[in-house]
Amino acid sequence: MINYASREINCKIVYYGPGLGGKTTNLEHVYGKVKPETRGKLISLATETERTLFFDFLPVDLGTIRGFKTRFHLYTVPGQVYYNASRKLILKNVDGIVFVGDSQAERMEANLESMQNLYDNMAEYGYDLTQMPFVIQYNKRDLPNAAPIEDLQGALNPGWEVEDASKHRVQPDPYHAGQNLVEQVSGGEWIEKAPYFEAIAVNGDGVFDTLKAVSKLVLKALA
Amino acid sequence: MTTGTANWSFTQDDFTSITESLKRFLGETKSRCALLVDRSGQLVTTVGDAPGLDTTAFASLTAADYSANDQLAKLVGENDFSSLFHQGEKDSIYVADIARRLLLVIIFDSRTTVGLVRLRIKDEVEELTLLIDRVFSRGRDGAEPGGHHLLKGADDEIDKLFNW
Repeated sequence: MINYASREINCKIVYYGPGLGGKTTNLEHVYGKVKPETRGKLISLATETERTLFFDFLPVDLGTIRGFKTRFHLYTVPGQVYYNASRKLILKNVDGIVFVGDSQAERMEANLESMQNLYDNMAEYGYDLTQMPFVIQYNKRDLPNAAPIEDLQGALNPGWEVEDASKHRVQPDPYHAGQNLVEQVSGGEWIEKAPYFEAIAVNGDGVFDTLKAVSKLVLKALA
Repeated sequence: MTTGTANWSFTQDDFTSITESLKRFLGETKSRCALLVDRSGQLVTTVGDAPGLDTTAFASLTAADYSANDQLAKLVGENDFSSLFHQGEKDSIYVADIARRLLLVIIFDSRTTVGLVRLRIKDEVEELTLLIDRVFSRGRDGAEPGGHHLLKGADDEIDKLFNW
């Protein structure tokens, strides 16, 4: 939403993913690291055992652009399957999505289920995830049972077909040398993947890289 | 398919009309203040006494509260609950839907009654609906002279934003 009267650009980013994947931890790290004057309160609607019940919410000011204050509203959703009804509500009017995957090999199924659930919930609102600012974060890279990145990419970010012929040109991945976000595969078709990041959210590794990437995509989508 | 949602904007003229309408409403009902919040939880404007609370958090929670109630309505077979009322010891809040795009939140105390707020809010909702429809029918583009592509060519500035 662009508010010319108060000269603000407001955007909504949602952190999605399986339960206990680290979505809330991402927001807590951002809250702890940015200057107090550039962020609001961290609101958590959680159960007594600190599981997200409805959402966490953190407003962050990124700075001024063309005289407009850019304010990002960061939300997490409850990861547990049980809370789909409330999870879906948070996606309403979203501008950008971060999928926080759990790298542990035994959480692969939960990751896949959550990704499918994200596509389904977005589609119910009439949003096309492949046309939106969307990045993937593979969290918990420090754990001994973390699956290789290639396996996670193959399962969660295999790429979607690019139908628009004008976009059929190689687009290098700015975050990973030698890799591409858009490329032609052996079958001849063109595919696009979401940018991805490795993270250890409890230490803050990768948290800001992820947030910066999705924020840039959101602002560039407005341009 | 919709690809994003940041597709609307308010101009100074929209603001003036909305603010005047809400000021009139607050005067007539002796309410403390009115907040206009969009359904994604972003505060559009505040009119009346400064509410003395964290309006950003308030706006986000209002949108979530209203959305949850919307779903409760559907579960009991209603299309929606067109308004919400939360009664407190001193202050109470009344929330009404505007064109399914925005929420009008009225904060009031013992200087008035929920009956009066409820009575008058119907006309206010109708008036605001007309104003808001105008905003949305126009969309983001052409919102303000020179604002057609506010961020076009601003990539460098966008990159500079992230110097935390």
